[in-house]
Amino acid sequence: MVEMSFREALNKALAEEMERDSQVFLMGEEVGQYHGAYKVSQGLLERFGDLRVVDAPITEAGFVGLGIGAAHVGMRPVIEVMTFNFAILALDQIVNNAAKLRSMSGGQFEVPIVIRGPAGAGGALACQHSQSLEQQYVHIPGIKVVMPSTPDTAYRLLKSAIRDPDPVIFIESEKLYNMRGPVTEDPENLWPIGKADVTRPGSDVTIVTWSRMLTAVALPAAETLASEDGIDCEVIDALSLSPLDLHTILESVKKTNRCVIVEEGWPKVSVGSWIAAEIGLKAFDHLDAPIERINQKDVPLPYAFNLEEIALPRPADVVEAVRRVCYAK
Amino acid sequence: MAKKAKTPADTSDAPKAAATESVARNPHVPEPKVILPDDKLIEMYRQMLLIRRFEERCAQQYQLQKIKGFCHLYIGQEAVAVGSVAALEPKDYIFQTYRDHGHALIRGISARETMAELFGKATGCSKGKGGSMHLFKASAGMMGGNGIVGGHVPLATGVGWKAMYNKTGEVVLCYMGEAAVNQGVFHESLNMASLWNLPVIYICENNLFGMGTAVHRASAEKDLYMRTAGAYRIRGVRCDGMDVLDVYKTTKEAVERARTKGRPTFIEAVCYRYRGHSMSDPATTYRTKDEVSIWQAKDPMVRLQEQFPGVFTEELLGDMEKEIREIVQDSIRFAEESPFPDESELWTDVHVDYPGYPGPKAN
Repeated sequence: MVEMSFREALNKALAEEMERDSQVFLMGEEVGQYHGAYKVSQGLLERFGDLRVVDAPITEAGFVGLGIGAAHVGMRPVIEVMTFNFAILALDQIVNNAAKLRSMSGGQFEVPIVIRGPAGAGGALACQHSQSLEQQYVHIPGIKVVMPSTPDTAYRLLKSAIRDPDPVIFIESEKLYNMRGPVTEDPENLWPIGKADVTRPGSDVTIVTWSRMLTAVALPAAETLASEDGIDCEVIDALSLSPLDLHTILESVKKTNRCVIVEEGWPKVSVGSWIAAEIGLKAFDHLDAPIERINQKDVPLPYAFNLEEIALPRPADVVEAVRRVCYAK
Repeated sequence: MAKKAKTPADTSDAPKAAATESVARNPHVPEPKVILPDDKLIEMYRQMLLIRRFEERCAQQYQLQKIKGFCHLYIGQEAVAVGSVAALEPKDYIFQTYRDHGHALIRGISARETMAELFGKATGCSKGKGGSMHLFKASAGMMGGNGIVGGHVPLATGVGWKAMYNKTGEVVLCYMGEAAVNQGVFHESLNMASLWNLPVIYICENNLFGMGTAVHRASAEKDLYMRTAGAYRIRGVRCDGMDVLDVYKTTKEAVERARTKGRPTFIEAVCYRYRGHSMSDPATTYRTKDEVSIWQAKDPMVRLQEQFPGVFTEELLGDMEKEIREIVQDSIRFAEESPFPDESELWTDVHVDYPGYPGPKAN
């Protein structure tokens, strides 16, 4: 393992896949001369040239659609959206083309595109730049959705996403880019799409989470609960939201009989609400308490620093929820 | 298969233009925009006739509820597809709108595969999963009909990107209705195609109505071909979409520019659909019967006949009619007899299948 930042891990994965396959190219706003709005593509223009690291005009539906078009004739585009808040402009292309071409052509075309970029709260970015929108894509059959949580999973999942024959929505957390951690040194040690990680094994309660919530909220809460309450949490990092590794989640809930779902985004019709429903349907008899869900408050995220802080999930929220499902205190 | 009629081209090596000039041409008929060998003219006519007869039978099969859903007929616009496809090479790509039966029939999708797709049968070109609006054939570069107005324009631009990137020399023909030119992605795509020298020909089939909204009620600049040069430095040209040879000549020039210079072109082909927007539209509220009649008088098949009276003899036309009717009848028989997709097909073609992948069923 070698230590690097989340940003460097993404950069390394991109560079290696571009080296491996001449049909991989990176396109997006400011990915070239500017080195990426979040510096993920630092140095790639100099290394691969402007045909393969392409600065696009600010025209999300256009260049996402262009990428989908190139993908379904055999290329492997990595399209960077500056944030997933802006990918809303390209939603028609993703939903009506990327997700549909394989099916509506009777399997004649596949769309091996990766659409990647940051999402979620970045810190006082106000409501239009702070949204967690993964549920928009998880809802749609025909596309895959992954959200890495560490430098290692970022590196290994991005390589899987680029090699995958289906469209993959690869959502990074804006606040994770500087996170440092160990990354595998084996360029073929990919993380398979569709597989969750039991990050912290435990016996008393299952916490299901993904992306930044893992290290920012769920794991700190688990440590507090272990030291203050003697409650042993099993923390599952979903990593792949579609397809979802429901098997790993259900097996854990059957063992712990309790579940708390921690999600950065809003509560209504969300990925967490879907996971809760699946657990209710498939593991009801194993539950000793209602499933708890911790979400962002159901409001557009305010700019004011104090309001932003209380709107987003915090470790204390999870600690309280776990205590409730364990009937502790 | 009916026996082919004899034409001057079959018996003479003389220059083709000379061969056809021996029969007097009606002076009120516009001069042909380009002179082609007789066999090519006959093939163009034959393709237009195939589309028209096929579409007429589609309307009938729709009324019999053999075809369901949305069904948009191409009757009246045949010259646009036929003239432009004739300018392509086999390696080139075509993107269509949901009004896509005509393009499919003349570019590698058989009448059988097309009709079976409209019937929702497993033998259809998209295995019955696409239907009328989504006719695909990867091996023929038929990139499908798209159901979102303008939604396919960036896709075509992306295929142009691939041709530029890999220097493979393909050209992309992207059809759209005139309503698509008011969509954002149309402008986004043209901007990128010009910026990056992509070999894409955007061909706008201006049939004067976006559903029931006349072009002058929807587009501030109703001379659509004027919109692209100033904005995107993309040459805009207008041709007569009721004249198959004008469409051919215009597209041919654009294809040459795309192939040799990598420059995109915008073509506005002015045409008219004789039927409603779709099978559910009687087209009675937004246009008059007189207007339809005026356009029917410019029918592209009649015009081609009148331009080359020596080529299109009664015998040839009679034989061709019989042949086409049999092809279309056979396609209906084939579609009727074909099975619907097996129920297991519900779960296929959603994602790639690979070992360990749980598939859509798991969720």
